[in-house]
Amino acid sequence: MTLIKDRKEKIGLHVMKNENWKKPVYETNGLNVWYGTSHALKNIDLTINEKEVTAIIGPSGCGKSTYLKTLNRMVETARDVHISGNVTFMGNAILGKAMPVELLRSKVGMVFQKPNPFPKSIYENVAFGPRIHGIRNKVMLDVIVEDSLRKAALWDEVKDRLHKSAYGLSGGQQQRLCIARCLAIDPEVILMDEPTSALDPVSTHKVEELIATIKNDVTIAIVTHNMQQASRISDRTAFFLNGEIVECDRTSTLFSTPEDSRTNDYINGRFG
Amino acid sequence: MDNNLLIKTNRRIVKDSIMKWLFGTASFLLIVLIAFLFYGIGADGVGRLNLSLFTNFGSRFPEQAGLKAALVGTLSLMAVVIPVSMFIGICSAIYLEEYAVKNKWTAFIEMNISNLAGVPSVVFGLLGLTVFSRALFLGNSILAAGLTMSVLILPIIIVASQEAIRSVPDNLREASYGMGATKWQTITQVIMPSSIGSILTGSILSFSRAIGETAPLIVLGIPVIIQFLPTGPLSTFTALPMQIYDWAKRPQPEFADVASAGIIVLLVILVTMNAFAIYFRNKAMKKLQN
Ligand SMILES: Nc1ncnc2c1ncn2[C@@H]1O[C@H](COP(=O)(O)OP(=O)(O)O)[C@@H](O)[C@H]1O
Ligand SMILES: [Mg+2]
Repeated sequence: MTLIKDRKEKIGLHVMKNENWKKPVYETNGLNVWYGTSHALKNIDLTINEKEVTAIIGPSGCGKSTYLKTLNRMVETARDVHISGNVTFMGNAILGKAMPVELLRSKVGMVFQKPNPFPKSIYENVAFGPRIHGIRNKVMLDVIVEDSLRKAALWDEVKDRLHKSAYGLSGGQQQRLCIARCLAIDPEVILMDEPTSALDPVSTHKVEELIATIKNDVTIAIVTHNMQQASRISDRTAFFLNGEIVECDRTSTLFSTPEDSRTNDYINGRFG
Repeated sequence: MDNNLLIKTNRRIVKDSIMKWLFGTASFLLIVLIAFLFYGIGADGVGRLNLSLFTNFGSRFPEQAGLKAALVGTLSLMAVVIPVSMFIGICSAIYLEEYAVKNKWTAFIEMNISNLAGVPSVVFGLLGLTVFSRALFLGNSILAAGLTMSVLILPIIIVASQEAIRSVPDNLREASYGMGATKWQTITQVIMPSSIGSILTGSILSFSRAIGETAPLIVLGIPVIIQFLPTGPLSTFTALPMQIYDWAKRPQPEFADVASAGIIVLLVILVTMNAFAIYFRNKAMKKLQN
């Protein structure tokens, strides 16, 4: 009990409000990110719990993508980035030299705004991750590919064209393929940065359904511009504004009775 | 209708058609010129395009002169140029695009590489003479000439490869790094497969330049009349453009026909190579089209 209490004190209010105590996958404490001199994330404290969907909402430029990319350290590819604070993944510090990025990313998949399949066959796209992590056995790869495509609800649509180019798929199918590609490395977490903003409503719906099914197996952190989407699919929601977290709570609570007036204004479409 | 507007519009249309004629005539003149050139060469050379042209060595007698030594020499030269220039060129391009930090230094280096592409070939000949022929004691061997030609076309290959690598969309790199791939895995499994087509196109075009270049060979003192085939990378040789140049400057009119036949052979090789280049380019363009 003292351990939990310590933790709660350390992490702050956000966790206390979380009624069902769940195991944290990511814990962020006092995270600051600068691009050159521009302070993109200010003193972020946030916990992402296991097997939950955490939605990150907020107006453009408030630092949502930056936060997500800090979680798999892709943010460091930008020029002149400076990071301070502490981020742990399953109890291990990930920033600095604490953990090789390749190791971190083999447990954390990422899905981007624009579907980005490789100019390879559907099969090769899904087999890419397992292959780079050393799986060469053909039978094993076949199993992983089929399994991942099934989980991504794409198998029936592509099983007859596995060796055709992924570029022949529709945008929505390509995005689900990208999710399948992530699932193939058996990740602990999938980070999604506005995964449906380039898709039509039907494809968006399919991706949302997919998220609802895979969240039994993986933890999901999703950035979204779409308030309805956040309330439909997420367990918890964090509202970012100008690089700070204004409020983070269970999604139902945050949308029905937000604590901060700025949250209220944002979810009711008064700015952003 | 506003009369003024009508006049103005008509004026624009007239101007448009004048321009169309001007540009059309310019292209037409060029095509006529090329047609004349080809006709001239073809008429002179076709008569000499027989088997003996390929099986005979050079000779004082035009009817016996062949380009066996030159053809084998050019092929041997390319056997050095292709691996050396592609290996160094692609590695440099990968380093500059994927590994090097973008700063003033790398910008300076890149600028110099682009400028090298415009340096006259005779200058590369002098470089080859100093470094490969004399300092490294390679004389006028295939290796000396091959290395010189490689240096000559390296800037072209590097710039073409850099452009090809740069045209691979960043979101593919993100996808690869996002899966935990290392830089090397990303280069070999994502960037190279997506850019190799364009790299080949640029490389092949530069090889045709290396095949046609004469000046560096003259500077290196490559002989013309050779009665044997090269035995290895260190033996001397002659090459097609050298042979053609020699035939063309001889006084007997019959040699002009042999020279024309040689030019036809050279052109056929170059056109074939360009066809391959276009094929790879089309394939490459198709590949990245989502
Ligand atoms: N690579 C970068 N270099 C410099 N500034 C950046 C970079 N990426 C994002 N920013 C800045 O950081 C802030 C947060 O950006 P971002 O995280 O992309 O916001 P969001 O995803 O919420 O729209 C913005 O002000 C943006 O201009
Ligand atoms: Mg964003």
